[in-house]
Amino acid sequence: MKMLGATVVPATSGSKTLKDATNEAIRDWINHPQNTHYIIGSVVGPHPYPDMVARLQSVISKEIKAQLKKHTGKLLPTHVIACVGGGSNAAGAFYHFIKEKKVSLVAVEAAGCGLQSGKSAATTQLGSTGVLHGSKSLLMQTADGQVVEPHSISAGLDYPGIGPLHANLFKTGRASFDSSTDDEAVKAAMNLCKKEGIIPALESAHALAQLNKMKFKKTDRVVVNLSGRGDKDLATYMKFL
Amino acid sequence: MMNVLDAVFAEKKKNVLNIYCTAGFPLMESTTEVMLALQDAGADIIELGIPYSDPVADGPIIQQSNMQALQNGITLTKIFEQLTQIKNRLHIPVVLMGYINPVLQYGMENFCKDAAACGVSGIILPDLPMYEFEKYYASIFKKYKLNCIFLISPSTSKERMKKADALSGGFLYAVSSSTTTGTQNSSENKINYFKKLAAAKFKNPLLIGFGIQDKTGFEEACQYASGAIIGSAFIQHISTAKNVQKAVKEFVHTIRPIEQ
Ligand SMILES: Cc1ncc(COP(=O)(O)O)c(C=O)c1O
Repeated sequence: MKMLGATVVPATSGSKTLKDATNEAIRDWINHPQNTHYIIGSVVGPHPYPDMVARLQSVISKEIKAQLKKHTGKLLPTHVIACVGGGSNAAGAFYHFIKEKKVSLVAVEAAGCGLQSGKSAATTQLGSTGVLHGSKSLLMQTADGQVVEPHSISAGLDYPGIGPLHANLFKTGRASFDSSTDDEAVKAAMNLCKKEGIIPALESAHALAQLNKMKFKKTDRVVVNLSGRGDKDLATYMKFL
Repeated sequence: MMNVLDAVFAEKKKNVLNIYCTAGFPLMESTTEVMLALQDAGADIIELGIPYSDPVADGPIIQQSNMQALQNGITLTKIFEQLTQIKNRLHIPVVLMGYINPVLQYGMENFCKDAAACGVSGIILPDLPMYEFEKYYASIFKKYKLNCIFLISPSTSKERMKKADALSGGFLYAVSSSTTTGTQNSSENKINYFKKLAAAKFKNPLLIGFGIQDKTGFEEACQYASGAIIGSAFIQHISTAKNVQKAVKEFVHTIRPIEQ
């Protein structure tokens, strides 16, 4: 981020994770409304942000369509698989296929150390309806409505909620939701690196890990969204070498 | 019978002092002690904060008090128990301030019912949108005779200020500057904004809050409004006190000296 010219301010409040960085960004906006334009990195936050971010990210499914046509001559994939933290890359990858009922949409959350371990970020499995950062969606929380600290090895999936669009895809069954653990993600990342020479972001590795859990036909056209590169995750990967 | 909040403003048109305290802070059992001491020391209204894990409208001091109170084990159920304990001894109005999520989990109807039963007069939920209030909750508030109090700030449009005033009861809450609690935004012309507030013909009495720290700040705000709200400075003052009751009285007396 610094190489790209940004000033980076660490969030020091609360649990010091993505949720707290989002709190701090909102607080900064409250304190500087005249000279600040608030932007958010996922399909969360108050309206119209989830909708805006989903539309901007929809370029991903537009590009999937174009590339698929070029490589297979077909317009639609059979499966689109994407990881979900707040859900922006998944929203973008799903966007133009949501109405195409033949395309199976697969969202992969971070199971962390396991769904029942108490150290997880799989919101659809562990959450209930709640309000965080200005939108009503699914949220990991206590019975008293306090937000629970999630866990994932990937900073970008370490978020206790999902965008309202994903809550809808989950409730209506339009997308299927599964999860990958920290270990499964790291293993999938190592595998992609060996096979293709690509180091994926830890977040994206959760979507890759999903491939091992599904059965496909030879004729299926499966798209996994590689939402980011692993440059930022090298320090974590090195611990597993 | 007149609502106790309305009664405060009917009797006293100026210099109304509303002090914010966090429930369950500094200790779980401090709530009742702090509230009774505030009453004794001469506060006119108490704004009781419902602790939340993610209080985005709050600065570091109130964030910290929220975290401490949650660690102490405070819950809404416990807060209503504490309020019930002092119901017969507390005569000044209590306004609950909190964030919407804990309230939704408790259930809006249950929340209003229990709040009203222990004598609460008004509710402040800064992350409850006005249109949601109108559409889903206004009738519940009415049923339990609770005022909903909305916030306006320097970036609120004129029409929105009008709407906030129309939906509010008891008083209207004017945020002193574009800021989270505990500080003031020095880049804005505060006095111009205060003058604009004073000139607006609101149906409700106006209280100014956020970043008001001492007697000077209190008196300045009171020139343009019916009174003011002090939070962070009070929380800061009692946070490390050995004798909480004494610290509460000390603080209130710095704002409003004991009448001779
Ligand atoms: C590379 C990458 N992928 C995915 C995510 C998860 O975010 P979202 O669920 O909004 O796509 C992040 C978040 O930081 C990320 O950096």
